[in-house]
Amino acid sequence: MAIAAKRKGKADEPDAAPADLLRYYREMLLIRRFEEKAGQMYGMGLIGGFCHLYIGQEAVVVGMQAAITPQDAVITSYRDHGHMLACGMDPAGVMAELTGRRGGYSRGKGGSMHMFSKEKNFYGGHGIVAAQVPIGTGLAFGFKYRGQPNVCLTYFGDGAVNQGQVYESFNMAQLWKLPVVYIIENNKYGMGTSVERASATTEFHQRGAAHGIPGEAVDGMDVLAVKEAGERAVAHARTGKGPYILEMKTYRYRGHSMSDPAKYRSKEEVERMRTQHDPIEQLAKVLGERGIADEATLKKLDREVKDIVSAAAEFAQNSPEPDPAELFTDVLLEA
Amino acid sequence: MTALPMVEAIRLALGRAMEDDPDVVLLGEDVGLDGGVFRATDGLFKRFGEQRVLDTPLSEAGIAGLAVGLAAQGLRPVLEIQFTGFIYPALDQIVNHASRLRTRTRGRLTCPMVVRSPCGGGIRAVEHHSESPEAMFAHVPGLRVVIPSSARRAYGLLLAAIRDPDPVVFLEPTKLYRLSKEEVEDDGTALPLDRCFVLREGRDVTIVAWGAMVHEALDAATRLAAAGVSAEVIDVATLKPLDAGTIVASVAKTGRCVVAHEAPLTAGYGAEVAARLAEHALLNLIAPVVRVAGWDTVMPLPRLEHHYLPNAARIAAAARKVMTFR
Repeated sequence: MAIAAKRKGKADEPDAAPADLLRYYREMLLIRRFEEKAGQMYGMGLIGGFCHLYIGQEAVVVGMQAAITPQDAVITSYRDHGHMLACGMDPAGVMAELTGRRGGYSRGKGGSMHMFSKEKNFYGGHGIVAAQVPIGTGLAFGFKYRGQPNVCLTYFGDGAVNQGQVYESFNMAQLWKLPVVYIIENNKYGMGTSVERASATTEFHQRGAAHGIPGEAVDGMDVLAVKEAGERAVAHARTGKGPYILEMKTYRYRGHSMSDPAKYRSKEEVERMRTQHDPIEQLAKVLGERGIADEATLKKLDREVKDIVSAAAEFAQNSPEPDPAELFTDVLLEA
Repeated sequence: MTALPMVEAIRLALGRAMEDDPDVVLLGEDVGLDGGVFRATDGLFKRFGEQRVLDTPLSEAGIAGLAVGLAAQGLRPVLEIQFTGFIYPALDQIVNHASRLRTRTRGRLTCPMVVRSPCGGGIRAVEHHSESPEAMFAHVPGLRVVIPSSARRAYGLLLAAIRDPDPVVFLEPTKLYRLSKEEVEDDGTALPLDRCFVLREGRDVTIVAWGAMVHEALDAATRLAAAGVSAEVIDVATLKPLDAGTIVASVAKTGRCVVAHEAPLTAGYGAEVAARLAEHALLNLIAPVVRVAGWDTVMPLPRLEHHYLPNAARIAAAARKVMTFR
């Protein structure tokens, strides 16, 4: 797929500086390698419970992060590792939370689905499908209330779009012109049910139409297309025009969680997405074509990223387990 | 100092909290221009503006989630849910999110929100306008559950709830909104949360109650006194966390306990009080702990309401029954 042809920007305007393109590549690669390692560690029994990998969807968070400032807020559902890494959270802290250790972001009490970073303005990680949508709307309200010029990126999936809370949020966000960008990550399957089998209409970017919220569909496998649409949406929200919906057409290569027999889609479909639409491969091609990075440079980047992930995995395995006394902490403020 | 009905004391506390702290935001259905279904927020819209007193759409789940987002930003949302029966769509946000923000973030984010909702029967309103779901909320770790029983306690406890860094479910007995008046000084003084109030001292039996039942308990105590029985009356006020120490100390003295609540009997909060006494005051008990509660039915239609709600007569009868144990 030729990336450049599909974007709406003018042909003579550069979409991103060479250094930025390299950075997006590195950030996507970090998420990919991190998730591969997490999957491996889950298989080894080092991560308990549930674990939802982001592999395949990397362009969405990296492209959107490129469209905001560090003071803007981000909130998402349970497929959240990629969002945290894109926000600049420490891979070691994220991995240690996956292993439930003291060095994790929630010191072993949040797990894969519930990590937060006030410093990075990342407001979780939420395990209940669509419940983060009104919370993200509230975060945007907070910005407006305090007169801060910030926006909240509120991510949810194609499964969440049929939950009532989404439309309660759309109504309030448009009614009060809140600075929120709703990003629907349409990876085609809500767990094991395809969007066609779960949704009466599947053009999710139009789901705000009844509330007058503009929306557009974006090639979520193309980091530059994401960034460009993201900048348009963020500018809309930031200038007091209210919410904006971006439907990211994306794909997850792995199962819904680690225990997924994948009976709902064919191996060929997954293979086709991997070989023809991979976000990292596509950007590698651009980097090569524009003479920004040759294969040796990319290999070197890969080694650097692998080292970071290995160190994170090492930390996550050696960080001590939470003390049993931690069972009783942080329920209410201790007097 | 003026004597006010409870609903006006609540309004006074809301105004005081908003005056003191620009981060306090009121939101709910009809709370602004209209002043709220029971007039609890009357005049606040005009006084503080639509930015701070927000009329919301009829979207209980959505506005509860919105409040969690505001609280995560460090604001202090005070959410009114029009009747407790309407609170159930918001349970996802209250139980799954508000109550757990502190734990999940290890205290880096907290959820200083208050969910106010009129509760209980006695105003001849149909089921979901008359319910008492306090035990349901008391079961959720990470929530505080507070029920005032007088104008002065409503003022002081609501101020404390708004200033508290954790989420508080603040249930206001509708029957008490205008039942009686009490002098309230608007000096911004909060009452302590997590403490029971001993409203009447006695030697023979402890009557434990909260909300509208406190008044029935006090009435029962007067009737019992006429028959020579000295009853101590405790208003629990904060159900979670429970100040069990005050109740245990009282029963250590009286040896007998009657618990009264409007909610259905089975798995009601009276069971928690009885269990605490079994654990901590068994050898002081002369008689079994008796619960006087609503029946295990749906809150009935108006003409049957008085058959459903516990009253002073039933509480006094239970007290006389435990007095037969010597």
